Amino acid sequence: MFDIKDLYQEVIVDHNRSPRNFGKLDDADTTLEGFNPLCGDKLTLYLKTDGENISDIAFDGSGCAISVASASLMTDAMKGKSLEEAEKLFNEFHKLVTTDDEYDAEYLGKLAALAGVKDYPARVKCASLCWHTLHSALHGENTPVKTE
Amino acid sequence: MNNPEPANNMLDNISRFDVEKVRADFPILKQQIHGKPLVYLDNAATAQKPKQVIDVISTYYRETNSNIHRGVHSLSEKATAEYEAARDKVKQFINAASTKEIIFVRGATEAINLVAQSLGRNTLTAGDEIIITELEHHSNIVPWQILSQQTGATLKYIPINDAGELMLEEYEKLLSDKTRIVAVGHISNALGTINPIKTIIDKAHAVGAKVLVDGAQAVPHTTVDVTELNCDFYAFSGHKLFGPTGIGVLYGKEALLESMPPYQGGGDMIQMVTMKESSYNSLPYKFEAGTPHIAGVIGLGAAIDYVNELGLDAAAQYEHELLLYASEQATQVDGLNLVGTAKNKTSILSFTLDGIHPHDIGTILDGEGVAIRAGHHCAMPVMERFKIPATARASFAFYNTRAEIDVLFEAIEKCKKVFN
Repeated sequence: MFDIKDLYQEVIVDHNRSPRNFGKLDDADTTLEGFNPLCGDKLTLYLKTDGENISDIAFDGSGCAISVASASLMTDAMKGKSLEEAEKLFNEFHKLVTTDDEYDAEYLGKLAALAGVKDYPARVKCASLCWHTLHSALHGENTPVKTE
Repeated sequence: MNNPEPANNMLDNISRFDVEKVRADFPILKQQIHGKPLVYLDNAATAQKPKQVIDVISTYYRETNSNIHRGVHSLSEKATAEYEAARDKVKQFINAASTKEIIFVRGATEAINLVAQSLGRNTLTAGDEIIITELEHHSNIVPWQILSQQTGATLKYIPINDAGELMLEEYEKLLSDKTRIVAVGHISNALGTINPIKTIIDKAHAVGAKVLVDGAQAVPHTTVDVTELNCDFYAFSGHKLFGPTGIGVLYGKEALLESMPPYQGGGDMIQMVTMKESSYNSLPYKFEAGTPHIAGVIGLGAAIDYVNELGLDAAAQYEHELLLYASEQATQVDGLNLVGTAKNKTSILSFTLDGIHPHDIGTILDGEGVAIRAGHHCAMPVMERFKIPATARASFAFYNTRAEIDVLFEAIEKCKKVFN
């Protein structure tokens, strides 16, 4: 039975209303923009690493509830993660929103709330914009990220 | 449409227009989306097709399919006759002087590119000026930006006011003896504003400029008479006029089209080809290189027959009543902001909801069976003008009903519930 609440779960509505880690990070060592030209979602990701771990992470920008909640949840989940763990989480999240494969709900924690996105092909790019931006930032790329 | 009928005539008009009979012509409207009846309010993006159009296209492929203008066999002659008959329908539909003035293209976008490249690139030089408006669809901005880069001409924009209306006093300041081309939308796709194009055309002609009107949003909603308008070019797409995608029309004054070089080279547009050079075919074929979208042209002809039969004026009047009904409901919704409140507008309701992004509105409305457009509507300068990233846009056609508008507003309430 179709229910829009499968997409807009409480966690997502909450993180859209009060995004965590929202704002500029003054001592960021990496700053990268993500842009979705088709729908206009825009975010800037601020990242601080010590070479092995993500010591701090924040974002700002504007977008739909899915993109804002995804960035809020992602930054929460990534804070303190090692770069290796960050890569693994990126891959798990990608699997969550783009495939019907079983996902590890326990491992993903609150991020699993975004599972509903895969039923909305047009919205997958909203959820994945911040993730691709982070992925590029961690791999030393410095050109703004675009998802379409 | 300038002067809405008084309220006591409203019911009369609505009861006179038999919307249920019209709806029966559109097979797609009968379906369900997520278990709910489809409410199709994305007509400004593309309109649905009546069975009369679908049947003509199907019959063409089943019984007539053949290449035109070259065969001596019966099918080719029949296909050519149907293709050229459609050109004549277009000519009458917009009241052009001759079928030589009707060029078939892929859509309004290609029509504008054709004029920019064929006329603009060959006549403009550095220092010349092109005037467009802040209201334009990207298809009436980017071709002129490209032309400016190619020729060194300067591109200027007529600004809009807070209601989304062109500021004509600013237009007059922009006009000068340097103005070569004025390109303006007849009706804004993002806001629904109906522009005073007759005034714009006359003022441009007074300084010797040529005028192109982008009529993509206008032809489904208003009677267009290019002779009375005296525009130099008029562009529109078939798919917004209840016809197929991939087919559109460029109207141009014959003398101007004669003076312009071909836009593309290929078959059908030539008179004689030698290995050294070619001579070109006469109008309108000079601008129709290659095998055209024959079924699309014939389908467009059927769409014109359909709206002629329906009566565009009666349909437009009915749509205007729908717009008034929807606008009235919109003012009752807390947190709903209408974007584009021109005095003279057609059936487009562009809006934002406080705290809810238009893309989320679009997804939640879809869950209720309601199809709208969410985004910048290929008019990013309009969004910039209003300092918003996007709007939700409901756009009505003559097959929509007041009951569907009620469903739209129930779905809008649902958006607010999801986010509260």
